[in-house]
Amino acid sequence: MKYLPLLLAALLRKKARMILTLLSVAAAFTLFGMLDAVRVAFNAPQSVVGIDRLITSSRLSLIQPLPYAYLARIESTPGVAAVTYASWFGGIYQDPKNFFPNFPVEPESYLDMYPELVLPEAQRQAFLKTRTGAVVGQALADLFGWSIGDKIPLRPTIYPHRDGGEVWTFDLVGIFKAAQPELRSSEKQMLFHHTYFDEGREIGQGTVGWYGVRVEDASRADQVAQAIDRQFANSAFETRTQSERDFQLAFAKQIGDIGLIVIAIMAAVFFTLLLLTGNAMAQSIRERIPELAVLKTLGFTNAAVLLLVLTEALVLLLLGGLLGLLLADLALPIIGEASSGQLDVAMPAETWGLGIALMLGIGVAVGLPPAVKAMRLRIVDALAGR
Amino acid sequence: MDQTQAAPCAKSRDRATVSRTRRSATLLGVIPAILGVGVFVAAWILVPLWILGLGPLLLVWLTLSRVGRQALAIAWVGLSTVPQRIGATSVVVVGIAGVVGVLVALQAMAAGFEATLTGAGSNDTALVLRAAANAELSSALDRPSTTLIVQAPGIARDDKGRPVASAEVVVVASVPKRKTGTDANLEVRGVGPAAWTIRPQVRMIRGRRFEPGLRELIVGQGALRQFSGLEIGDSIELNNQDWRIVGVFASDDTLESEVWGDAESIAAAYRRNGFQSVAVRLTEPAALERLRSALSADPRLRVEIQTTREYYGKQSERLTRVIRAVGIGVGIMMALGAVFGALNTMYAAVASRAREIATLRALGFTGQPVVVAVMLETMVLALAGGVLGAGIAWALFHGFTVSTLGSNFSQVVFQFQVTPGLLLRGLQWALGIGFAGGIFPALRAARLPVTTALREL
Repeated sequence: MKYLPLLLAALLRKKARMILTLLSVAAAFTLFGMLDAVRVAFNAPQSVVGIDRLITSSRLSLIQPLPYAYLARIESTPGVAAVTYASWFGGIYQDPKNFFPNFPVEPESYLDMYPELVLPEAQRQAFLKTRTGAVVGQALADLFGWSIGDKIPLRPTIYPHRDGGEVWTFDLVGIFKAAQPELRSSEKQMLFHHTYFDEGREIGQGTVGWYGVRVEDASRADQVAQAIDRQFANSAFETRTQSERDFQLAFAKQIGDIGLIVIAIMAAVFFTLLLLTGNAMAQSIRERIPELAVLKTLGFTNAAVLLLVLTEALVLLLLGGLLGLLLADLALPIIGEASSGQLDVAMPAETWGLGIALMLGIGVAVGLPPAVKAMRLRIVDALAGR
Repeated sequence: MDQTQAAPCAKSRDRATVSRTRRSATLLGVIPAILGVGVFVAAWILVPLWILGLGPLLLVWLTLSRVGRQALAIAWVGLSTVPQRIGATSVVVVGIAGVVGVLVALQAMAAGFEATLTGAGSNDTALVLRAAANAELSSALDRPSTTLIVQAPGIARDDKGRPVASAEVVVVASVPKRKTGTDANLEVRGVGPAAWTIRPQVRMIRGRRFEPGLRELIVGQGALRQFSGLEIGDSIELNNQDWRIVGVFASDDTLESEVWGDAESIAAAYRRNGFQSVAVRLTEPAALERLRSALSADPRLRVEIQTTREYYGKQSERLTRVIRAVGIGVGIMMALGAVFGALNTMYAAVASRAREIATLRALGFTGQPVVVAVMLETMVLALAGGVLGAGIAWALFHGFTVSTLGSNFSQVVFQFQVTPGLLLRGLQWALGIGFAGGIFPALRAARLPVTTALREL
């Protein structure tokens, strides 16, 4: 702390240069914050909830339905604690760009299987009792300004309504919240009754899209999955059971290797940043060689001079980096609003941690060469200007 | 006593007031200057041709006028000493190269995806889907409807008088991808015999066409590259039946990501009695309206029709828009960083050459050639960075094949397309960054007080 005035003097020597370098670092880390948030969002949430859940779908492809009769057979498989089912409806609310997933489900068992969807008891009862009832997540309700009691019309793209209508109407009876903030994306969905869906559709009655299975013992999940699939091997509707996380990851992988693209862009950005700050630091030290020589004459040890220069670089990187991450944290919700919910991600703690580690790493990489040069200064030569 | 004490205090107070006024004047001047630069750069990005029109004028002025030739001389001196300042100049060049490289790569991805999808469409073929279906996969047309549709007016007929229409089925099969080993969605399309006439860009490159009625498939070369197990002679499972690959086709658009077979056989394999879409060849592009009104007038049909170009355009729109927006967003952030870096470097360059510039001024050069010279230097460095970045993007990414989840919920294979238009755009951004990063240092260079600069050690 006693060296703080020295540090400040060194940093504020050329204010314009320091501000510009700070802004470049901030720009780089703002980009990092935003891109890394997207990368983490694509790698399905690493939540503890759901490690004991499996998804049983058709082995052939996701668009093949499974018969309803499988429900009883899956329930009786040893190791299975609970089963629920759901289908893909593909309804559109007003405009295709307002897309959100909407699922007909078996209400009671679905809400039991996904306890991270927190629904107040009264609303849950209302949902179970109302045939045309639907529940949505808080985020979705906020986005479209829905409240309980509203009638929500959905335009079907796959299943026209049997009564000839090009619209399915639902009564909003409940709004659920995600149990943890990192599962916020699960609030962007709508659930309604599978029986209402089956009654109103013209094709595919008696089938479901997939089954959700909870196992009694998460460590034996693989064996249970294989047992379920063995039951239906060589039947007309073969199944494939995998853990919920694998299911989500496989889906994300189909979209593309987002992680690789993000890493490639950030590598280019940080390489340039390294060059830039390295150059600024080297310039700054070159100008201050006589001053550093004076410090050494006064009695500062070599180690002290090394630390002084290194700390200068670290402070610059940390200040700029934290500013950048803060800007990213503020900008992400604005981008989410601007894209009407399509690009809505939040910066997780993981990104902050990775960012700080990068700041320290780049700070050391940028500060070490000039610091070593300062440490090795020969006082006489430096004072003479050689 | 009081007087002498008061005098120096007053003097220092005056000095302080003067420097405060000067500081506030500079601050007041800076903000409109930044806005002015911002407006100019925005104009350059949005309507470059107007500004480019001034280019020849600039060239004429540089070579013919006295000030211009002075500026060229100073700029030449500055550029020839670049090897001595390689560290600092590389910051500008590499920074701008990074921005241009990333920008061009992301825009090339969007352009490639869009081109692949829209390439499959044309204005003289149309697609009939069930009303309100947003893609072939969600549509369903039963047999009676299909029979009615192909008889409608506006559909071209072949020399035997049969309508050139292909009733098609689209299903999705899970096949492992080569790169990841995990399953991904492969689109399997069942086509009618007229499909080859409706889609003339599809040509067989290996093997033979499938026999209608048999369990045979032909694979597009895009799908062949992305998925494993699709070589000629291999089989894939469609609804528990083995179907053999007998040929490979190419079409240079999204159809290459598909596997084709006979529509009736595939529908039977999935126990369906109907189709999902009808692709027709129109007698002429204007016949679309006639066909549309005929189809909507029929109360037995609930269908929608659009040209294949419109259909594929809509399918590609969403993803292309997202990639383009992300590309521009990332580009702007990186450009800001590059501008700050360029400003830093050029301020330092001007400061380190202060004595030379002051000497020139003492010799009689006015501020003008100095400003133009510093700007020229920065623009040349920016251009070098732009060329480097564009070159890297072209070398690494042109023709790079990727696949993603596209229309019909299945993999669409496309290639990055680094077009000359995109390369020029990259250079445009590079020059814009160079301008923004060079103007302020240039103005400072012109306003250096000669005597103090000459005195600098």
